[in-house]
Formats: sequence, structure tokens, C-alpha cells
Amino acid sequence: MAAWDYEYSVVVIGGGPAGMSAAIAAHDCGVSDVLIIERENALGGILRQCIHCGFGLELFKEELTGPEFAERLAEQVEQRGIECKLSTMVLNVSRDKLITTTSAEEGVLTIKAGAIIFAMGCRERSRGALTTPGTRPSGIFSAGAAQRYVNIEGYMPGKEVVILGSGDIGLIMARRMTLEGAHVKLVCEVMPYSGGLARNIEQCLHDFDIPLLLSHTVTKIHGKGRLEGVTISQVDERRRPIPGTEQYVECDTLLLSVGLIPENELTTGCGIPLNGATKGAEVDQDRQTEVPGIYACGNVLHVHDLADYAAEEARIAGKAAAELVRGETGTPADIRLKTDGKVRYTVPQRITVKKDVTVYYRVSDVFDTPRLTVTAKLPDGETRDILTKKYIRLAPGTMEAVKLSRDLTGELPDGTVLEFRLN
Amino acid sequence: MNRKIICIICPRSCEIDAEIAADGSVTVSGFGCQRGKRYAESECINPVRTVTSTVCVEGHAPLPVRTDKPVPKAKMFECMKAIAKVKALPPDLHMGDVILEDICGTGANLIAAAGRMRNGN
Ligand code: SF4
Repeated sequence: MAAWDYEYSVVVIGGGPAGMSAAIAAHDCGVSDVLIIERENALGGILRQCIHCGFGLELFKEELTGPEFAERLAEQVEQRGIECKLSTMVLNVSRDKLITTTSAEEGVLTIKAGAIIFAMGCRERSRGALTTPGTRPSGIFSAGAAQRYVNIEGYMPGKEVVILGSGDIGLIMARRMTLEGAHVKLVCEVMPYSGGLARNIEQCLHDFDIPLLLSHTVTKIHGKGRLEGVTISQVDERRRPIPGTEQYVECDTLLLSVGLIPENELTTGCGIPLNGATKGAEVDQDRQTEVPGIYACGNVLHVHDLADYAAEEARIAGKAAAELVRGETGTPADIRLKTDGKVRYTVPQRITVKKDVTVYYRVSDVFDTPRLTVTAKLPDGETRDILTKKYIRLAPGTMEAVKLSRDLTGELPDGTVLEFRLN
Repeated sequence: MNRKIICIICPRSCEIDAEIAADGSVTVSGFGCQRGKRYAESECINPVRTVTSTVCVEGHAPLPVRTDKPVPKAKMFECMKAIAKVKALPPDLHMGDVILEDICGTGANLIAAAGRMRNGN
């Protein structure tokens, strides 16, 4: 008797845009037995509740809503005959690529994989992490939970709304709830700049005259049973509330849109350490983690600005996983990528094969007219700048990309460190 | 009248200055490219938005819908009212099926933005 119930060449965990794209790419690179495991009863992931427009411009060259984008990908999955196990939870993944799952239909199963692609996406940071003083009434939701109530369950969580945090989901929900008849009083953002896309500031707030208070935060929550109001205060440059700036705002609903965090329980469960900045696994140019044959892509690796970018990254992982199971390997390299803090992180963090690599990076603050320099520090102590690029403006909300060609990196000896810095 | 418009077409987010003359003609400056110029002009003359929402029909999960082209911004709430009035859906619904023709006289159709994937079907 085999020690497992099923065996597949490539198993993708998560059926959102990244998972579906990874599975499609692996299949298109000649692997016929690909499995997607999804815990919901349908493919699509978070896109199923993102009914607004703005998806697909990169991938499909037309503007789609989230469900349309998801359905297009699901059609491609179906056309290829890629197997899916829906309503199935992954309990554990081991380093020798055994996956334990549970579902009502099949009970507990063990699945053996040639390669595993993590595509579990991310979840919202919760209010607990914010430790706001005051009572704990009902009426406080994460923006994503509110989005689910309105768009999937079909009911409104409240009427008088304050939104804390100007992340994109919060902005999208400001518009959504306004259109459904709620009164969104204001959005407050603790940082001096918004974390959301410019188009969302314009079309979700300005279109409806919803004020955005920068450098403000909620400092107290009021109400017994149901939320009755919040105190908001201005904050100084170190994000501490300034005494005397408090104002009371009556509301029955507080939405929190304070950021997303990769959902990495399975990753850490099999002993893969996380990067402090991305909160995802450290990966090479193929999105392979330190465990050979285990890959990560999409929002479980680092939070992307657009589903299109998550899908694009997933294609890299899917293609590489297919090459691995087919036994195709390139010329090895050993280059590490480091950052100066102004550049907050890069993905990938290392280059293990000589090939053209696009490096994605995010900065830690708003910088006007910065210049990115990539400096190679060779093991013999020599340093040289291999790339510089000027920008008009860089901001934390926008992921940037630079291409490192094989010609550029192929010459570098093993043990080289590439430092990404702004000046 | 002068207006500042933040261009949303690309991440550069140019601040475009628009001057609307008494005769309604618009002059814009500060755009980084022609696409931004066109966007700023349309924002002054006839701003349009795609409306997305859900249709809630008894016995069905909410159905995501959208207008198949942008409608005048001023008609967004009227469209929402029309969407709320939809009380029946065609059987065997597919993505892209028309739910309301020429919604609120905008020339846009309201279409289903999801089909069989809805709630696992
Ligand atoms: S004007 Fe052109 S360059 Fe400037 S934000 Fe708009 S599209 Fe981008």
C-alpha cells in the first residue's frame, strides 16, 4: 500500500488568481497532472468579492471586475482539464512534499507532489494589532469582511461609517457603501500619505466628497453593545496622537483597512523562514523557496498592488515548477540581493540560475526624484555599480521593477551580493 | 473656473490644471502625456464611470453586475436605484448576459459580471 492516496507532478495550494495562473502555466509547460486545492467551494479566491472594476488591464488587455477576471482564469483551468479539489483544506505540508488535506467529501487525505506551489494569498491585519483604547462593541469590521457581507452575503453592515486606514479595500468599500445608501463620514490615515492607488482616492473618495484625513488615527472607541462613535486625533511625525486634537465622530460602523499580511501558516509549518519585510518566504528568481520543489507566488509571497501582477508572478513559479519536474535545470549561480532600508525589500532575494531576472521592489517612504543604484559587492572585495535608474517619484504603495539581464548578472562570481539602494 | 485633476491613468499621477472658460471650452496643462490630456478634458466636460454593484433576487446569491460601458458620473445613483429594482434573473445565466438594456437612458447595458462560478455553481 502506498503511503499516500494520490500523486501529482504539480500541486497548487490556493485557487485565486495566483493559484489558477500558476496551474495554467505549469500545464502549458507540458505537465499534464496538475492539481489545485481550494478551501472555498469555488475557484476565484478574494476576487469573487471584488466586484469593482480595475482588473485585467495587464493580463487580458481590458478592464474587468474581479469576478469576471476570476471566471476568465477559471475557464482556462477548465479548458485544460486541470483537476481541482474544492472545499478542501490543507492541514499540513511537509518538506518531502506530502500534503495532508481534509474535506467533507473525502475525509483526510495524503497527496504526494513532485512540486508544490503555495498560492494561499493574504489576510487583513486585524484591529487587535492596533490596540485602540475604548470599549469593544459590535460594528467594527475589517474592510474585507464588510466587502464580503455586502457583495457575497448581500447585506449592509451599517449606516454611518468611519474608515480607518486608506488601503485600497477601505477606499473601495467607501464607494460601495455610499452607493448602497450608507453615509461614509471620513477616512483617516495615520501616515502622511495614502496607502491606496491614486485612482481609488479619486473615484472612491473625491467623487463622493468623502474627506481623507491624513496623519490622523482613531484613538478611542465608544459604545456599549453597538458602536456609537469614535474619537479621532491628529498624529505627529512619529505617529503619536497630538493632545488637544481629538474630535468625536458619531458612527455605527468602523471599517479597518490597515493593511494585508501574507497567509503563511503552511509555509512556516514546514520550516520555511519568512522575510521580515515581505512576511513571505525568501525565494529565488523562480519563486522557489529554500526547500527545493516548493514555490510561493502571489500575495502569500508579498502583497501585490494588482491581481494582474500576482498572476504574472504565478506564471514564473508555474513554469519553473514544470521545468523542475521535467528535469530541466539551468546554469547555477549564487547571488544574494540586499537592500538599504529605503528600498524596503526585493523579490526575489537571491538568484540561483543564470538567466534574465526581473527584480520587484518596494520603497519604505515617499521619495521625490530618487535614483536607484544596484551595486555588486564581489567576494574579493571589489564593488561596482551595475545599474542606475532615475525616477520622478517613488512611494510605498507602488511596486517597482527593474530588469537584470543575464549579461549583467551572468558575469558575477558566486558569493556576490547585489545591494539595492536609493540616493 | 480652475480645477485640479489628478490623472489616474498611470501611476505617475500627474496633477493636471484645467481652466474651464465661460463658453464651456476647456484648456488643460500639466499632463505628462496625451492620454492624461484626454482624461482631464473628459473629467471637465462629461465625467463618466463604470457602475458595478450586485443584483439581489429572492432565492439567489447576489449577482455581480456592471454597466458595459461607463455612464455619466451624475447618473450613478439613478443607476443604483434601477439595479435595486431588478426582481428577476434570466434562467441559465451566463457572464455577459444583459440584465437591463439602456440603463437610465445612458446607452449602456447592465450585464452579469459572473456566471456559473457564483457560489460554487
Ligand atoms: S498624464 Fe499621462 S503620464 Fe501623467 S499620470 Fe496621466 S497617463 Fe500618466
